[in-house]
Amino acid sequence: MEAFHLLMYGFGVLLTWKTLALMMLGLVLGIFVGVLPGLGGPNGVAILLPLTFTMDPTSAIVMLSCIYWGALFGGAITSILFNIPGEAWSVATTFDGYPMAQQGKAAEALTAAFTSSFIGSLVAVLLITFLAPGIASFALRFGPPEFFSVYLLTFCSFVGLGREEKHKTLISMSLGLLLAGVGMDTVSGQLRMTFGWSELFRGINFLVAVIGLFGISEILLTMEERLALRGHAASISLRVVLKVWKEMPRYWITLLRSAVIGCWLGITPGGAIAASFMGYNLAKRFSKDKESFGKGRIEGVFAPETAAHASGTSALLPMLALGIPGSGTAAILLGGLMVWGLNPGPLLFVEHKNFVWGLIASMYLGNVVGLILVLSTVPIFAAVLRVPFAAIAPMIVVSCAIGAFAIQNAMFDVWLMLLFGIVGYVFKKIGIPLAPFTLALVLGNRAEDAFRLSMIGAAGDMRVFWSNGLVGSITTLALVLLFWPLLSALWQRLSGAHRAH
Amino acid sequence: MQPAQEEQPADSPVVASSRTVDIAVSLLLLALAGLLAFDNWRTGLSWDSTGPQAGYFPFYLSLILAASSVYGIVKELAARQSEPFVRREQLRRVLQVFAPTLAFCLLMQWLGLYVASFLLVAGFMIWVGRIAVWKSLVTALVFSVAMFVTFDIAFDVIMPKGPLEALLGF
Repeated sequence: MEAFHLLMYGFGVLLTWKTLALMMLGLVLGIFVGVLPGLGGPNGVAILLPLTFTMDPTSAIVMLSCIYWGALFGGAITSILFNIPGEAWSVATTFDGYPMAQQGKAAEALTAAFTSSFIGSLVAVLLITFLAPGIASFALRFGPPEFFSVYLLTFCSFVGLGREEKHKTLISMSLGLLLAGVGMDTVSGQLRMTFGWSELFRGINFLVAVIGLFGISEILLTMEERLALRGHAASISLRVVLKVWKEMPRYWITLLRSAVIGCWLGITPGGAIAASFMGYNLAKRFSKDKESFGKGRIEGVFAPETAAHASGTSALLPMLALGIPGSGTAAILLGGLMVWGLNPGPLLFVEHKNFVWGLIASMYLGNVVGLILVLSTVPIFAAVLRVPFAAIAPMIVVSCAIGAFAIQNAMFDVWLMLLFGIVGYVFKKIGIPLAPFTLALVLGNRAEDAFRLSMIGAAGDMRVFWSNGLVGSITTLALVLLFWPLLSALWQRLSGAHRAH
Repeated sequence: MQPAQEEQPADSPVVASSRTVDIAVSLLLLALAGLLAFDNWRTGLSWDSTGPQAGYFPFYLSLILAASSVYGIVKELAARQSEPFVRREQLRRVLQVFAPTLAFCLLMQWLGLYVASFLLVAGFMIWVGRIAVWKSLVTALVFSVAMFVTFDIAFDVIMPKGPLEALLGF
């Protein structure tokens, strides 16, 4: 019940005209960036972050998270009407969403997508409301070894469970960790890896890197592909909405299954994309009529959208409770927290009640308002896609430059952004994943501090990471995940040999 | 989002193969890893009275980076065939957006961000997008003024300014 009271308190923080106005602004901007091809969740949030620098943290996070919800909703519009996924996790939505639009059922598909997104987020927000405070208060007892083992788990699960080639994930992650260490060493105050170059003393700013890696490189890629936009027009009437909502309860198992998958994968890092595909595939596997999937079946829209939003939202749970983001966008929000002078981690729930519960309350309100907003304004946003890309591309470049400059008022950061733009373009094309890099860059210093503090505490004895049941099992799990591909290959060979006998 | 192969004009010559770029990037990363390893060795990677020195953690990371890069190089050298990394036609389009962006970053140091942004948007729309001149100019003007009002006035985010803003008294 305590969570409920705190939530009500959060709504109290939220219900001022200024915050509500920022929320609406955030949602509209978010849907806008979600609709534009080549932008999307993480890019949109990164580019629009500077808008919030002068706000108080609560207003800022409310607006930013609303940009994120808006982008999640907006991604579905392009997937269904234009067959272009605005986000990697909207790919599965195109499988059945676009055929529905071709059959003239665009309005049904959009309503289904928006509503299931809403349900997915709602389940995840409920999870956050009731689980996050518990996890945070549990984590208050964590010392440096526990934190380091959790960071290790995060990094190892990327290497072990990611679909990319392992050495490329390792390259991406170690590069991120290295760049995070450039500048002043937080423990000893010594300068390192700066080569006497004063611009590097400040370190490499995480947000600058993100704007370049995602914003600029995405523009380069979109130009290269030369997108030709041919889409279907759509407007949603109340009649269609009610019809879809009436059908919905029939698919409750699909919705529930996708929501659970989404929540689970969202909490583990890097899961949103996998969640949407898994939601879709499981819905297909358990369906009596497998053949109709991919040909415009409404269940094929419900399943991936619910899972994608459940995971997109639940990715904020570890960020709030432990200070470890579960997705790229969550990592950017975490970067925002640091800019506003908050220290992410379990103490947030104790020291910044306003902030945490305002954010959680805004998840409820933002999703309800967002749902109504997208349902009523689809035609306007679909029209955005008809604006020529030649007009949009330079505007995105300008927004990126403003974002990069504003973070530390430094021209050097603009050049750094450009460099990261090229790096992002090349990395994406040769299959080096960017998510581990992002995560490593934002967590690098904290992971290193945790490691060194543990070492100081234990006088250099590595056994500190197995010193009690909790830290021992997390560290062991991390190592198992790291070597998971080897272990599972070994297991298969052994069981194969066994069968051969 | 990888481009679908059939959408590409197949007659446009391949500038570089993925394999070549992959190896080049790995070599660069290897060099970077070596440089950083050296710097961290200089900083100190052993233990003193307060625990590991500042170079300890990054030194071992640069070893991981170096090892992964070497593995990548060996793997790519062993691979037989490779997909095209970029075709000339694609590279031309990428440069079409990259070159103006570079010019924009250079110009914003002297002209200020808002004037540079006007030039970038208008120029890009006219020459790359082939959109009517008056439409491009109006769009660029509206966009730059809107950005100025949003950031400089409404949200107090201060951007580099140039002679024009000085003339107008900002």
